[in-house]
Amino acid sequence: MSSKVMSTININYRSAIRFALREEMKRDDRVFLLGEDIADAGGVFKVTEGLLSEFGPSRVIDTPISETAIVGAALGSALMGLTPIAEIMFSDFTAVAMDQIANQVAKYSYMSGGQAHVGVVIRAVSGGGISFSAQHSQSLEAWFAHTPGLISIMPSNPRDAKGLLKSAIRCGRPVMFFEHKALYPMEGLVPESEELIPIGKSEIRKEGEDLTLVGASSTVATCLEAASRLESNGIHSEVIDLRTLSPLDSKTILGSVEKTGRLIVVEEDVGFCGWGAEIAAQAADKSLYYLKSPVKRVSAPYAPIPFSPALEKMYMPSAEKVYAAAKLLVQGS
Amino acid sequence: MKQQGVSLSNKELLSMFEKMLLIRIFEDKIHALFAQKLIPGTTHVCQGQEAVSVGVISNLSKEDVITCTYRGHGHSLAKGIEPKKVMAEIFGKSTGCCKGKGGSMHITDLSVGALGSFAIVGAGIPVAAGAGLSFKYRHLNHAAVAFFGDGASNIGAFHEGVNFASVLKLPVVFVCENNLYGEYSPLMKTTSVPNIADRASAYGINGIVVDGNDVLEVYRVSKGAIDDARAGKGPTLIECKTYRQKGHSRTDPGKYRPDSEVREWMERDPIRLFGDYLRSNGIMDRSSEEAMSSRVNQVVEEAYQFALDSPYPSENELESNVYN
Ligand SMILES: Cc1ncc(C[n+]2csc(CCOP(=O)(O)OP(=O)(O)O)c2C)c(N)n1
Ligand SMILES: [Mg+2]
Repeated sequence: MSSKVMSTININYRSAIRFALREEMKRDDRVFLLGEDIADAGGVFKVTEGLLSEFGPSRVIDTPISETAIVGAALGSALMGLTPIAEIMFSDFTAVAMDQIANQVAKYSYMSGGQAHVGVVIRAVSGGGISFSAQHSQSLEAWFAHTPGLISIMPSNPRDAKGLLKSAIRCGRPVMFFEHKALYPMEGLVPESEELIPIGKSEIRKEGEDLTLVGASSTVATCLEAASRLESNGIHSEVIDLRTLSPLDSKTILGSVEKTGRLIVVEEDVGFCGWGAEIAAQAADKSLYYLKSPVKRVSAPYAPIPFSPALEKMYMPSAEKVYAAAKLLVQGS
Repeated sequence: MKQQGVSLSNKELLSMFEKMLLIRIFEDKIHALFAQKLIPGTTHVCQGQEAVSVGVISNLSKEDVITCTYRGHGHSLAKGIEPKKVMAEIFGKSTGCCKGKGGSMHITDLSVGALGSFAIVGAGIPVAAGAGLSFKYRHLNHAAVAFFGDGASNIGAFHEGVNFASVLKLPVVFVCENNLYGEYSPLMKTTSVPNIADRASAYGINGIVVDGNDVLEVYRVSKGAIDDARAGKGPTLIECKTYRQKGHSRTDPGKYRPDSEVREWMERDPIRLFGDYLRSNGIMDRSSEEAMSSRVNQVVEEAYQFALDSPYPSENELESNVYN
């Protein structure tokens, strides 16, 4: 991070996203929003609050409960030169629109031989931890990372949320932008001046030489918390915030792994075939001879996310689980 | 309210009233507990819509099945899930009908034909068609009923499910509870037709509009449709005009609704209408009403105590039931 003095404001993740939308809508009148209850009601999570009165109903469009139409219309309007930003209220509902996302939006550029840029941004609210049950809590990012043609972004803090969303809107490609519902109230400093955070670049949040912790979205805070507890035990971990899941910044991750020789990936999604598996595979493939211990994943078990708070707590990754895994890796006990 | 074309004994009428009252008191309790932060996650209560679930389900036997939505406590109770099992589920306890794994939005009990509360809008509609298909396939005289909201009629699953059931002439009844809003959006803003029942004609089936706050009308019309379904005449779409007295979910106060509209619908409260009818026709007197009310209150309080006293699911539940 640059040490230049910059003036910042303290805002939450929700407002940071709203600021990005507002700035981009002001900058470019082709940018518009569509989604369920985003206009009059300002969105179920209040992200788009106030934008209707500022930009009017032609640019902040309330839609019927029709996810297929929302994404399909986003694609059609993008092909005709607009820059749609679609909101999917809970990322679980992307399943309803999956044909449009995975077969149409993701593949259009390739199948047409590159005739079009598909500048579609799909904002989707993901994540668990608040007892919203199995159809409103999932972390499905790996589905999209597994679909060539889609960029998947998972911001962990207000500054990244703003800077990455602005880049997403300008990049002219299909972007899945995952907002974690539990992070909306999170506060943080965001530069007052415009900042575009590059897509495809991870960020080292904390440096250390004993092991590498990789997190994204909500699990960055989990990693940082575990890291500070490990620190007081004399274990110096490096924490990498993925920021973008695909394209993956393998260089930064593997560079860190080659330095520390140990890797724990911390993800909220189901571990089996989750994105942590890809990172583990890359470490085994490219950095095996640097590894001092097996690669570990702290991830969700092979089960849908349970409703009961008692079960959900066991289900989710936590700083305790990361701490325990890290101690085992480094100290062997 | 009148009892035209409906032949129900006084006992049956009173039992319907008691069911409606049970749902009301149950939902009031859930609403209050949620406000006190005693219930995790989210809830979608159904006060004001009791005449629909009770009116339709009073025509069904245990072998008939229903699908409903996240706003499904009422249907679940009407179909016969024990109140304490519903309450415990809403608390996330191991004694809940889904062992605490589903919660308020996913109340399910196959043993009484409650195939599930589906929290993806529209998702239960084709599932009901599939249940109907199984009845036809096995030459059983049963029916499947899908309950869903007005907003759900804008999603693909509705159109595909209704057309599918029509083409295959399945014993299914589609019951749309038009409560005028999908979340915070008024129906007119999101829907191309004023009556959801109009959409039936696109799929070659009958569409009927009913006063969804008149339980006897709901009963009468759904009886016809269910009889038709059982007789192999295919599906019907019934639109029940009703009103959600509370907000959409959790603590939503529903401020986007005009006061006058709320007031008008509160005056047409389905329980009040039915109660007036029963009283003025000498079917229910004060003492039987009081007895009923204290019974229902006791059932709900017992359900609450049961939920409180029940344990949370243990760790071995975390990964069990993934494949049954
Ligand atoms: C596919 C999908 N999209 C959006 C939602 C979010 N959502 C939950 S309830 C609801 C409104 C549904 O309205 P309606 O069908 O009228 O039923 P009501 O809530 O009024 O009973 C919406 C949009 C969802 N659960 N599933
Ligand atoms: Mg509705």
